[in-house]
Amino acid sequence: MSSGNQQPVGDGLVKWIDTRLPVFSYLQKEYAEFQSPKNFNWFWNFGAILTFMLVMMILTGIILAMQYQPNTMLAFDSVERIMRDVNHGWMLRYMHANGATFFFIAVYIHMFRGLYYGSYKNPRELLWILGVVILVLMMATAFMGYVLPWGQMSFWGATVITNLFSAIPLIGDSIVTLLWGGFSVDNPTLNRFFALHYLFPFLIFGVVVLHVVALHVSGSNNPLGVDPKGPQDTVSFHPYYTMKDSAGLAIFITIFAFFVFFAPNFFGEPENYLPAAPLNTPAHIVPEWYFLPFFAILRSINFDVLFIEAKLGGVIAMFGAIFVLFIVPWLDKSPVRSAKFRPVYRWFFWIFVLDCFLLGWVGGRAPDNLVFEGLNLKVIHLGWLATFWYFFHFIILLPLLGIFEKPKPLPKSISAPVLGGGSAAASATAKPMEKA
Amino acid sequence: MSDDTQNHDGHSGSRRDFLYLSAGAFASVGGAIALWPFVDSMNPSADVLALSTVEVDVSQVEVGQRVTVKWQGKPVFIDRRTEAGIAEARDTPLDDLRDPETDEARAERPEWLVVIGVCTHLGCVPLGQTPSEPRGEWGGWFCPCHGSHYDTSGRIRKGPAPLNLPVPPLAFLNDTNIKIG
Repeated sequence: MSSGNQQPVGDGLVKWIDTRLPVFSYLQKEYAEFQSPKNFNWFWNFGAILTFMLVMMILTGIILAMQYQPNTMLAFDSVERIMRDVNHGWMLRYMHANGATFFFIAVYIHMFRGLYYGSYKNPRELLWILGVVILVLMMATAFMGYVLPWGQMSFWGATVITNLFSAIPLIGDSIVTLLWGGFSVDNPTLNRFFALHYLFPFLIFGVVVLHVVALHVSGSNNPLGVDPKGPQDTVSFHPYYTMKDSAGLAIFITIFAFFVFFAPNFFGEPENYLPAAPLNTPAHIVPEWYFLPFFAILRSINFDVLFIEAKLGGVIAMFGAIFVLFIVPWLDKSPVRSAKFRPVYRWFFWIFVLDCFLLGWVGGRAPDNLVFEGLNLKVIHLGWLATFWYFFHFIILLPLLGIFEKPKPLPKSISAPVLGGGSAAASATAKPMEKA
Repeated sequence: MSDDTQNHDGHSGSRRDFLYLSAGAFASVGGAIALWPFVDSMNPSADVLALSTVEVDVSQVEVGQRVTVKWQGKPVFIDRRTEAGIAEARDTPLDDLRDPETDEARAERPEWLVVIGVCTHLGCVPLGQTPSEPRGEWGGWFCPCHGSHYDTSGRIRKGPAPLNLPVPPLAFLNDTNIKIG
């Protein structure tokens, strides 16, 4: 952003402002002329989609907060009032509730994209870490937001999740009391969750800014995982990727709108339309779908490991499943970024994706349910397997593959595989295109 | 800034370093102490603590009947136990228990068992307060969330919960009034 010696852009008022505060030259440099690899596929749309979702969530959230009452006596009814009496309230609430779901769909695709194409590798380690920080903040925000309608699942979800902290030795119970502000999930809990649910999106916004600044230092990765060798390998962000991002966003919003208008409760839990009853537990407490894989890992540790009790072990495993993402850039020893050129990792990547889906499936079912009658195979057994594989993939497979896998030869440049020649030949052919 | 590194009896800036370090240490400790009220304000407030005892009139409770009262936002199970239930609880050998505790220690007056009705696994409310609800294999309570069974003394017998249902602090004010908390 330091543009002391840069020419101000525009003329008239724009130039007057830009010489004093270079916002226009910053936008010009970082969003218009910014050079991006020219071979992005559709998976590179999700950054823009996520930015849109964050803004949409903050907007609908602020409007909803104007109608919502963070008090245990009023919360449930105030949400029903939003649904029935407030103008367009039903739409805003369904956008916000389904928005959380689609935010997580987009963020998980964005992350799997990063894992497949090695976007976390040198020099993008910090970019990836900031992304995981955003994920953690998103999870906290979503959890607290789900408590606010004060339905049965809100209350019991909050009770189960806050109780996890009681597994911490010695100070666990004090932490839980501190979280609750009382002796159970109650009005003080609801109040603070509302305050923090309002705060966290702005923290996310701040980390997103850092995420984007870091991205603009290293530049984007691309499906081949080789760095651009020169201007023949890149295009300017505008109009090429502003257009492509808009097209992808339009498709994403269309699917989102389908659920908002035609299946608004598809991802929801009917139990949450019953007001919270602290003396009456629902038969099945399940979190929202985006937490199910982590919930499955939590429940899979149902045995003591040495001196660690099962309850604490489950909590450690669940938080470990998120923490391990922070160190992925150092676990993956392979110098090759894109899985396109990693014949073995490519297979294990897809097995890992299936493993995450399996964890999600396990998380939504009672652990003692039978999967196959004849084999006496229970859901918990699949949970053990899937949890083992989750950690095995990151901690054992990634380092070993970096040593033993023989990658395919990398193309000389981004243009090379398209034009069949080296980057020199490509630059000659690419020039007329840039003028056009 | 630069005058302290080589002089002062040849020691390398020890006095200024000391001032920096001690000022830094005081500032950090002071900052941490200043932070405490912010954190502690989230702990239970005086009005929440004031609601921490309830008195229950149990004169209407029949033998074999169970009632639920709310204490500190949590359900408390009061069970006027039958002779059979008492005998079962008292005859259980401690070796059979995951969290060994005698029934004598849990129910001062054998007829009255008072426990906090919050499963020690992840905080669900166990079933068994009405005759139509399942009471588990030991005739006490059954938690539907993850399948924990409690006996007629509220002690954990089977399932993932690690501990017995806790007995709240309680006092018998007279034969029909119990003070919880």
